[in-house]
Amino acid sequence: MPGPLTLSQKVWANHLVREEAGAPSLIYVDLHLVHEVTSPQAFSGLRERGLKVRRPDLTIATTDHSIPTTDRSLPILDPIAANQVAQLATNCQEFGITHYGVHSEHQGIVHVIGPELGLTQPGMTVVCGDSHTATHGAFGALAFGIGTSEVQNVLATQTLLQRPSKTFKVQVDGTLKPGVTAKDIILALCAKVGIGGGTGSVFEYTGAAIRALSMEGRMTVSNMSIEAGARAGMVAPDDTTFEYLHGRHFAPMGADWDAAVARWKKLPTDEGAVFDQEVTIDGDSLAPMITWGTNPGMGVSINQAIPDPSTISDALERDAIEKALIYMGLEAGKPIAGHPVNVVFIGSCTNSRISDLRAAAAIIKGRKVNPNVRVMVVPGSMDVKRQAIAEGLPEIFRAAGCDYREPGCSMCIAMNGDQLQPGEYSVSTSNRNFEGRQGKGGRTFLASPLTAAAAALTGVVTDVRTIL
Amino acid sequence: MQPYLPFESRLVPLPMNNIDTDQIIPARFLKTTSKEGLDKNLFCDWRQDPNFILNTPRGQNAQILLAGDNFGCGSSREHAPWALTQFGFRAVISTSFADIFKQNSLKNSLVPIVVPADVHAKLFTLPEDAKVKVDLASQTLTLPDGQQVEFPVDSFSKTCLLEGIDELGWILKQEPFIAAFEASHSASINTLV
Repeated sequence: MPGPLTLSQKVWANHLVREEAGAPSLIYVDLHLVHEVTSPQAFSGLRERGLKVRRPDLTIATTDHSIPTTDRSLPILDPIAANQVAQLATNCQEFGITHYGVHSEHQGIVHVIGPELGLTQPGMTVVCGDSHTATHGAFGALAFGIGTSEVQNVLATQTLLQRPSKTFKVQVDGTLKPGVTAKDIILALCAKVGIGGGTGSVFEYTGAAIRALSMEGRMTVSNMSIEAGARAGMVAPDDTTFEYLHGRHFAPMGADWDAAVARWKKLPTDEGAVFDQEVTIDGDSLAPMITWGTNPGMGVSINQAIPDPSTISDALERDAIEKALIYMGLEAGKPIAGHPVNVVFIGSCTNSRISDLRAAAAIIKGRKVNPNVRVMVVPGSMDVKRQAIAEGLPEIFRAAGCDYREPGCSMCIAMNGDQLQPGEYSVSTSNRNFEGRQGKGGRTFLASPLTAAAAALTGVVTDVRTIL
Repeated sequence: MQPYLPFESRLVPLPMNNIDTDQIIPARFLKTTSKEGLDKNLFCDWRQDPNFILNTPRGQNAQILLAGDNFGCGSSREHAPWALTQFGFRAVISTSFADIFKQNSLKNSLVPIVVPADVHAKLFTLPEDAKVKVDLASQTLTLPDGQQVEFPVDSFSKTCLLEGIDELGWILKQEPFIAAFEASHSASINTLV
C-alpha cells in the first residue's frame, strides 16, 4: 500500500497509463482544450503523418486570443488573425472537434468556458496549449499548460509523457478583510516566492481563506500559479465545488452525479501526507496588492513604497529591479499609490467572470470614470456576457463612461488590437506585466477588479478601501 | 529531426534573470499558423536597441545563448524555442529554466543546459571569442581552459535528441496500453457527447 498521498499525487496515480524505467510516465488526458494560437502547427503535424484525433469527444476548442472584442457581426480586419481564426474552424471540422467559434453562444476565453460549461471536473487531467490552464486546478483537477508538440501528441494519442512534479503546499490562513480578494492572495504569493519560486512543483492551495473563496475566486488563485513558476495549482474539491458544478451542461447527472461525487470526495490530501515544500500566507493581514515591475513577482501592498535597488546585494537581482524601474518610469522609494493611470483593463482568464464584473460594477455604480482614463471591461465569455446583461451590469459600466466589449483575451495579451500605446500605464486585472505584454512600450500594474475599478474612478493607483 | 551532434561555439551572453517568453517572441507574432519565419522577430522589442547583443557581431553565428536564472518563464508558446533554433541557437545555458520552456526546447533540438552558479558566473567572464564545447552524449560542457562540467538531461530526451527521433513515434507504439487504460477507466472518462 502506498503511504498518505497528496491531492496531486492521487490524480497523477489515477492517470498512469504506463511507467517504464528510463522513460517519463505516460499519463492519460481527460480533457484537452484547444485554441487558435497554439494549435495550427499541431493539426498540420497530424496531417503530415496521416493521423486522426484519437478522442475528439474529449477535446473542445474555442477562439479567444486573436479575435476582436468589437461587434461580432463585423469581419476580422487583420488578415493574419482572420486566417488563424478560420484555420481553427477548418481544423475542428476536419478532425471532428466541437468548436465554440466566433459566433457560438458559448464562445469565450478557454479557461472561462471550461469551468462554466461543467467540462472541468475534480480529479481530471486537463491540458491546453496555454500556460493559464492552471486555472482548472481550482476544481481539484491536475491541469497544466503544454507546448504545441505536446498538443499534437495529445490530439493523436490522448496521452502525454511527463515526469511527476514536486508537491508544494500554499497555506492561506485567516479571513480576508473587505477590499481584499483572491487576486491579492495570488499576487502576495508571487511576491513572496518570486516568479521562479514554484518551478518544478504543483501548488496545493489550502487553509481557511482558500476554503472561504467562491469557485471563481479559487480559479483566480489557481490561474496565476504559473506566474510563481508552478505548472499547476490545485484546490481540493469540497461542497463549494460540488454546488458550483451541479446542473452545469457537461456535469454528470442522476446516479452518475452521485457516483462522481463519491469519487471526488476521495481526492483531498490524506492526513499525514508530506509536501516537498510549504509556504504560509496570513489572510488576516493581507492588503490589496499591486505590481510595480515587469514580472508578476514584483508586487507590493498598495500602501507600500516602490523598492529601492540600492538596498539589494545580489547584482543580477539589483539590475533586474533597476531595469524594471527604468522600463516602468518609476522612482525607487516613492509610494505606488497616487501614480497616474491611462488605461484600466478589467478582463482576462484571471478576472473576467461574473463575480469579477459584479465587484467592479459595485464600485463604479452611480459614479463617473476619471476623464483621463480609458476603461475597458471585457467579459470572459458569452455566458458571462448574458448573465451580466441579466443583472444590468453593462448599463452601469457604460453610464460611468467605460468601454464595455465582446468576450475574448483582449488586452491581457494584446494580440487582437486591444493594446496600450507606448509609455501608457494600465491598472489591469490580467496576469502578466512583462515588458510589452499589453502592447509595445506599455506599462502594466497588475491588481484586483476592485483596485482596477478604484483607479478607473480616481485616475491614479488607489487603495480601494478608502472608497468602499 | 536531425541527430544532435557535438559542437563548439562562442557564447551570446544575456546577463538577466527571468527572461520571459514575451521577450523571446512577443505575442503579436503568434498569429501565424506556421512555424517558419519566427527568427526575424526573436527578441524583437529588445532588438530595437542597436546596441542589443543580437544586433552586434557577437550575436551572429553563435549557437549558445548564456542567460540568467529561470530562462523562458511565462507562456507555453513553443514559438519561443522555434524562434531560437531558427536564429541558430542549439543550446541555452542557465542556472534554471521554466518547466514548459524546458520541455518545449527538448522537443526542438534546443538543449537547456543547467550549470552550477560558480560555473555560470565564470562563463559570463569569458572573453568574447572564447568557445565552449557541448557534448550531449557525455553530457559535458568543455570550457576553453579545459574544465569539464557535467549537466543533467533526462535519459529519454537524450536518446530522442541523439537519435533524432520525436516522442510521438514512441507514444504511438504504446497504443495497447492506452486502449487498456481507456477500457479500465470508462467510468471516470467523460465523453462530451
